[in-house]
Amino acid sequence: MGRLSGHKGRSLGQRVDWTIIFIYLALVFIGLINIYSSVQAEDPAGILDWQSRCGKQVIWILTAFFLGAVLLFLISPKIYEPVSAPVYLLVLFMLVAVIFLGTETKGSNSWFEFGSVKFQPAEISKISTSLMLAAIMGRQGFRISRFGNLLVTAVIILVPMAILVFGEKETGSALVYCGFIFAMYREGLSGWVIALAGLAILLFIVTLTSSVTVSLLILITTTSFCSLAMEGKTNRWVTTWLPALIFGFVAHAVYNSLTQDLEEGALALTFKPVYFIGAACLGVGAYFLWNAFRKGRAFHWGLAVTFFAGIMLVFSTNFAFNSILQDHQRKRIEVLLHMKEDPMGVGYNVNQSMIAIGSGGLHGKGYLEGTQTVYGFVPEQSTDFIFCTVGEEWGFIGCLIVIGLYVALIWRIIRDSERSRESFTRIYGYCTASCIFMHLFINVGMTIGLVPVIGIPLPLVSYGGSSLWAFTAMIFIFLALYKDERKFF
Amino acid sequence: MILDRKNKLLIGLVAAAALLVGKLFYIQIIEDRYKTDSIKNAMVPATIYPTRGVIHDRNGNILAGNEVAYDLMVTPREVGEFDTVQLAQALQVEPELIRSKMNEYQLNRRKIGYQSQVMIKQMSPERYLRFKELEHQFPGFFGQARSIRQYPFNAGGNLLGYVSEVDQNFLDKHTGQGYSSGDYAGKTGIEAAREADLKGIKGYQIYLRNVHNKRVSRYKDGAEDVEAVPGRDITTTIDAELQKYGQELMRNKVGSVVAIEPSTGEILALVSSPGIDVDVLADIGKHYNDIAENPYKPLYNRAVQASYPPGSCFKVVNCLIGLQEGVLTPQTAYPCSMGYHFGNRKLGCHAHRSPLNMEESIMMSCNGYYCYVLRSLLDNKKYKGVDEALDKWKEYVSSFGFGRKLGSDFPSELSGFIPDGSYYNKRYGKKHWNSLTVISLSIGQGEILCTPMHLANFCATIANRGWYKTPHIIRESEGVEIDPKYYEKNYTMVDTLHFPKVVRGMWKAVNSGFGSGGTASIAAVEGLDICGKTGTAQNPHGSDHSVFMCFAPMDNPKIAIAAYIENGGFGATYAAPIASLMVEKYLNGEVERTDLDYRMRTAYLLDRVKVRKK
Repeated sequence: MGRLSGHKGRSLGQRVDWTIIFIYLALVFIGLINIYSSVQAEDPAGILDWQSRCGKQVIWILTAFFLGAVLLFLISPKIYEPVSAPVYLLVLFMLVAVIFLGTETKGSNSWFEFGSVKFQPAEISKISTSLMLAAIMGRQGFRISRFGNLLVTAVIILVPMAILVFGEKETGSALVYCGFIFAMYREGLSGWVIALAGLAILLFIVTLTSSVTVSLLILITTTSFCSLAMEGKTNRWVTTWLPALIFGFVAHAVYNSLTQDLEEGALALTFKPVYFIGAACLGVGAYFLWNAFRKGRAFHWGLAVTFFAGIMLVFSTNFAFNSILQDHQRKRIEVLLHMKEDPMGVGYNVNQSMIAIGSGGLHGKGYLEGTQTVYGFVPEQSTDFIFCTVGEEWGFIGCLIVIGLYVALIWRIIRDSERSRESFTRIYGYCTASCIFMHLFINVGMTIGLVPVIGIPLPLVSYGGSSLWAFTAMIFIFLALYKDERKFF
Repeated sequence: MILDRKNKLLIGLVAAAALLVGKLFYIQIIEDRYKTDSIKNAMVPATIYPTRGVIHDRNGNILAGNEVAYDLMVTPREVGEFDTVQLAQALQVEPELIRSKMNEYQLNRRKIGYQSQVMIKQMSPERYLRFKELEHQFPGFFGQARSIRQYPFNAGGNLLGYVSEVDQNFLDKHTGQGYSSGDYAGKTGIEAAREADLKGIKGYQIYLRNVHNKRVSRYKDGAEDVEAVPGRDITTTIDAELQKYGQELMRNKVGSVVAIEPSTGEILALVSSPGIDVDVLADIGKHYNDIAENPYKPLYNRAVQASYPPGSCFKVVNCLIGLQEGVLTPQTAYPCSMGYHFGNRKLGCHAHRSPLNMEESIMMSCNGYYCYVLRSLLDNKKYKGVDEALDKWKEYVSSFGFGRKLGSDFPSELSGFIPDGSYYNKRYGKKHWNSLTVISLSIGQGEILCTPMHLANFCATIANRGWYKTPHIIRESEGVEIDPKYYEKNYTMVDTLHFPKVVRGMWKAVNSGFGSGGTASIAAVEGLDICGKTGTAQNPHGSDHSVFMCFAPMDNPKIAIAAYIENGGFGATYAAPIASLMVEKYLNGEVERTDLDYRMRTAYLLDRVKVRKK
């Protein structure tokens, strides 16, 4: 292959994707100046005071640059594919070991501490899992539609997730792994899986905030529409199902407004709408089953299974919510969905952070001029809530730029991944993009009340060496893989 | 553009980013709420501390109540220039104290941040009002109302326990229970055992603070404030008057008195001496070192934590077992010539007429009689050997509650000790001991150990003619539940029909008159029909302990009581008078035997008690 002939004529500049490095540097720089702003109020110190968080971050950044350079220029990218399996297992081992040997921080055992240096195996685990996925899914003859292959992929993702959730109580870190579903989708996973996940989340939220009845009506609406639309009979759906469903929604609303003021034990309250909708569900379920038997197509069987799984989900939601989730997790969701106000408790962080961001307006209050963030009203301000400082001091424009930079970074990684010839590089690239995306969406979403409070950092921007190094390594491994590849063009 | 998977994902990416940007646009550009909130700046909570639940006695008297005190709080970040001397005058403290505190905050400013610190604890309302008038001159300083304990009766200091500020150690042990630094919590006694009921739930008021750190208004006019929920009141079974009287009688003596209402198992009084006076309790911080260094260990609840031999009181147990096993009848008479002789040894006794029948043996507390009883129990042919017979004996004894934790609501109860066959097999070797080896068990000596509570419970069992309810100190009241086991009758292995026979003996011990040979004549009160049994517990720590148990009236008993006076000598010397005075006080409301009362109050026995020198 071209590998041996070489293309010595090419300069370094053509092989490395400098755009990604530029965005990387921009984000790290934005992070540093915002960390400086967020800590200077509580602890005025020079930017190079090594005791302050800002000074420490300068050290993390310099070492991260060194790490990036080593990964990009010294280590041969050829080693990643063969070492991915042993590295994956080693990191799994560390994830378990930290439960017993780690120091406890804020209720979770996920940090190793060596003197003053702390490090979290969960951060490396994202990289090792990505490498492992790339190695497995990039193999010759891998088809994600084959059950065995899908199972292996799922196990690779679920094992570290399970350790994080049950062993280390790091639900936030584990949630990031859900992002790998996007990489799997790129590699051929059916889009229905993502759609089903979306439907499940929708039903969960509607059941909690509205009622079981509304949730079931939505389930019937979506499944019946899919069933007929796939056969091209959308018109028939509009004429038959839709009126019935509208009747259901209206009847439910009327019932609610009529029974609102009734006392407990009133006669009308014995006619619970859930009985009617239950009966309707039995009918619809029978219809789906009959349809599936008659047509015998996998799609119709899938629809029937989805329908019954949906019903079970709806009826178990309240149980799962009240019994399986931990107390603080439940409260965070309740506050997010406005089921409960708790301005001094769980709601405090979100409320404060939304006030800080909202008060920034279009232009922001100016660098170091923030009042919310400066007076220390926002907790965890230099780490998980760093986006508040951006929002308050740089305003909507600043937020737009930061989010724009992330979108550009993810876009660019996806573009490079698609251009690469090697499936290993492509899949690893998608995994990297997914991780950055999940962190971005969850972190920013949490500061503006779109997502429950989940303590994960904003990549490259939040204070902290562990996270900065991990994302640096993740991105520079991709750059190195990509650089190596472009030799063949 | 082709709609391949890559592009679908990119569309998803842009859509998600648009969602974030859209929400940002909404809160930053469209919605005004956040801007006005920001002008008023941020919310600061002001904690409202709940009042602690009140502890009542059985008659509704307050044992531990509340009064208001103020903590002077300071938020170092909000403090500007101020006149230290003027503040010191307003607070009636030395200016030096304020200076040193402010320096301390300056040193720890990173750790403190915007939090408030307690500068002076528990100022009286008068003192606080003086500061309040000048408060506006001292930004950053404010008063925080708290309720602190106040004790109308000097009764039951040890039982109540003390309340003090939580430390880091406490916080670590109670994470997730809503404690935070600066809170108070019960540390010992009932205050600790019932902390969950007593503590209540903290509330808060939310204030809005502006850019200059001034509290400007209430958040949503107080709509989101949370009221503090007061702690639940606790009703104890203690009779405050009796408890107080018991403590007075036990002053300057080491020992314990436990009084139980037999029909309910409710503890009427539980004195452990020396104890803690309630004024010490209210200011435990100042007195803690004195208490900890006191050689007589006032923190130690002797009623449930001290094990003593029961002495002659235990003869009644052996007597009941003998009756149940059929080796003894009320008519059985044994001779005694100054003791029980075996080989060339003897277990001595005092001078009394001989022979005695069963009732007289209790009345005169004959040692020799019970040596016969124990031997006929242990050498009973029914059992294969003395070890098996002793195991059976232990089963009987345990059914009275001895040798195990009674299960009262005192967490630190001791179980005492009752030996069984295997204990002596291990000690002497199987078949290398016999009923004579363990003959001291007949008179409640030897290896037997019990707490004053065990003895009081036993006395209540006799008063009830064969059953007891587990002793307890907390009564069921509104919102406070107690374990249903406290309502259950526990029957012993001895049939109830045997009890009236020993009751007669105990009645005679008290009510036969001086000169009759009854050991407890000093305890007699006309009309009260007290039934009692003395004990004199030999022990390796110096002179004998004075022991007495009694109940009254004989029919329909209202109180059963056990008293231990360490190194007090004969049972009749101190324990019997003290117990009988308490019975008189409880049943008659006042004490007529003023001479005896005076003699007991003024007796000073502390120098008889050997203490470990430091």
